[in-house]
Amino acid sequence: MELVLVNLIDGLVTGLLLFMLSAGLTLIFSMMGVLNFAHASFYMLGAYFAYQISLYMGFWVGLLVAPIIVGIAGAGVERYGLRRVHQYGHVPELIFTFGLALLIEELVQFIWGKNQMPFDIPEVLNFTAFAIAGNSIPAYKIFMIFISVAIFIGLLFVLTKTRVGMIIQAALSYPRTVEALGHNVPLIFMGVFGVGTALAGVAGAIAGPVLGTFPGMAFVLGSIVFVTIVIGGLGSLWGALVASLLIGWITTFAKSYNIRMEDILNGIGISTPEYLDDNIFRDLWTITSPQIADILPYILMVLILIFRPYGLLGKRDA
Amino acid sequence: MNEQDQITTDPTKPAQRMRAGSMTISATPWIVAALVLIVLPMIFTNNSAITIMNQMAITIVFALAYNMLLGQGGMLSFGHAVYSGIGGFACMHIMNATEFFAVLPLPLLPIFGGLFGMGLAMIVGSFSTRSAGTVFAMISLGVGELIAASSIIIVAFFGGEEGISGDRTYSLPFFGIEFLKQIEVYYLISAWLMISTLLMYLFSRTPIGRMANAVRDNPERAEFLGYSARWVRFYSFIFSGFFAGIAGALFAINYEILTEENLNTTSSGVILLVTFLGGVGFFFGPILGAIVFTLVQTVLSLQTDLWAFYAGVLFVSTVMFFPGGLAGLIMMHVPAFKFGKARHLVLPYIRTLLPGLITILGLSALVEMIFHFRHAATGEDEMTLFWTTFDSHAVFPWIIAIVVTAAAFWITRRNVPGLVEAWHKANNFSGGRT
Repeated sequence: MELVLVNLIDGLVTGLLLFMLSAGLTLIFSMMGVLNFAHASFYMLGAYFAYQISLYMGFWVGLLVAPIIVGIAGAGVERYGLRRVHQYGHVPELIFTFGLALLIEELVQFIWGKNQMPFDIPEVLNFTAFAIAGNSIPAYKIFMIFISVAIFIGLLFVLTKTRVGMIIQAALSYPRTVEALGHNVPLIFMGVFGVGTALAGVAGAIAGPVLGTFPGMAFVLGSIVFVTIVIGGLGSLWGALVASLLIGWITTFAKSYNIRMEDILNGIGISTPEYLDDNIFRDLWTITSPQIADILPYILMVLILIFRPYGLLGKRDA
Repeated sequence: MNEQDQITTDPTKPAQRMRAGSMTISATPWIVAALVLIVLPMIFTNNSAITIMNQMAITIVFALAYNMLLGQGGMLSFGHAVYSGIGGFACMHIMNATEFFAVLPLPLLPIFGGLFGMGLAMIVGSFSTRSAGTVFAMISLGVGELIAASSIIIVAFFGGEEGISGDRTYSLPFFGIEFLKQIEVYYLISAWLMISTLLMYLFSRTPIGRMANAVRDNPERAEFLGYSARWVRFYSFIFSGFFAGIAGALFAINYEILTEENLNTTSSGVILLVTFLGGVGFFFGPILGAIVFTLVQTVLSLQTDLWAFYAGVLFVSTVMFFPGGLAGLIMMHVPAFKFGKARHLVLPYIRTLLPGLITILGLSALVEMIFHFRHAATGEDEMTLFWTTFDSHAVFPWIIAIVVTAAAFWITRRNVPGLVEAWHKANNFSGGRT
């Protein structure tokens, strides 16, 4: 029972981290209709910028300033890159963000090298918050949960309760009408892109110390973020939240409970073959859940796309 | 009506009409290509050159197969390496099945690779081709990641992290050839390159290939004409899988080892890069892309550690400024040639591109110097660039590099208007022949 609680907290941390990325990505998608492949790269930039700033001015300034720089960079990419490619159509846009992801990874390697950066948890938060049956929960995890929840509430408030949020929502669905009402829609798009990438930057700045700040970090998380918003339903903020938590918990639980395929197959009445070593399905029999934890989201996504192409909470076909 | 319109659309002159995705319908380019393939190893005789040419040929087949989807079918796949990888792995298993392999001539092996690639494409295509666009791209990414990840788990088929290897020489000798030498493998790969390129070209001429173009451009209208967009996509997809499988088989024959690297998302990304760089709008685009990329990869990676960075910059700038790729860039000049005015472009081109080239070289020199300055081991201040050795921590080389780059950039900027003017003149018929 205690282990369940610990796993719930771990999964929540992973899920909320994923949500911070997927929230921005799904906003950008519903706005421009293009999946930003470079989104996780902005997350990586957030981590690296926060690290570089923390060297001179400490962790907290880094946490504050790095997302702003990332957001400005993101807005620049929208203004001078995507807007230009937009005229050629959707596929070139997708390819452009894909190329950008490659380029940012190379750029990071160019500036900071290939090794992991010594980006550490600040001293203030480096203690055990509480323990559940001998499993200590670090304070930093609690901090991460609070930051992500605060951002989610803030985002929801801005989008649904303020005038700016109303205009953004209107611009997502009826850009021409909003433009006719006298609002600068390209500027709104640029702003949303900037805020979306800044959110990714925040995620990077707080995840960098725990998940490691290295050039492959965008690649590790990048495709999972897509999977998340596809499962949740493209363009749906709540869907992104549900899917992020789902993926966070599924992978955490699959990793901590060692469920063996053999037991499942025996359980449904198929007996283990006698000479397992020569059997062509031997790898299938010896699969354990920690082994496949990382590919479970992909299986889920393919299933969702086959049976419910809108995603869990999505309203429109991608 | 000016002459340019006549060249492209006049229905009374079918031979002059520009056909989407084709260079020409005559046999000449094929004969020239075959001759070039035969003669090339006689000019570049050393083994490393032949290795590069083999790699090039394999990439060409794969890129053309990929362009059947992206360029001709309008489907963006992020996991196409899976099909070539499966074809390669299947061939490797056939190579290791000693009894069967002993009665199979090696040149027939790629057919099996193709069939396995096609088989997998049939399974995946049965649900992924329902729609093009984002859903297709996402499913291809998901399936790609899935199979790449399973390749580490399922050791029996994929061999885990070290992959599986075989020996091509155990096959039935083909007219006395046992494929021990690299040159024999070269001719085998070249023969398959010619065959599959011709087949893929002919596919683009068949009604189904034409319908693939129609579905790419306007699926709704194609449906109204009575064609199922889904089945048209499905056929493009499985044939693309077939030729990707052949590329995988050629890889297996050439390198005799396959690992997880052959089907992961990085390889899928590389083939997208190659195809787009070459140009998706023309049949010969991917061929150009494969040749240029392989050269960049092999030659540039010997010169600098930063080759992937340059490749990334090249890719992003291609998407931003030349979405037609290299092939599009070349085909832009066709009207000027037809008007007989191409020679007016030569001088403005030299005036602009020469300083432009110096600008790019200067910029890359600066990039290399920054890289050396930041990452070289302490005490190693000497670096060699463009056949000169200097101290990267001194001020003087930096001043030279910056001044040369800035000056070249200034000259380029100054000459661009002249080039634009010459371009308009050369592409405007009303100016009259001079």
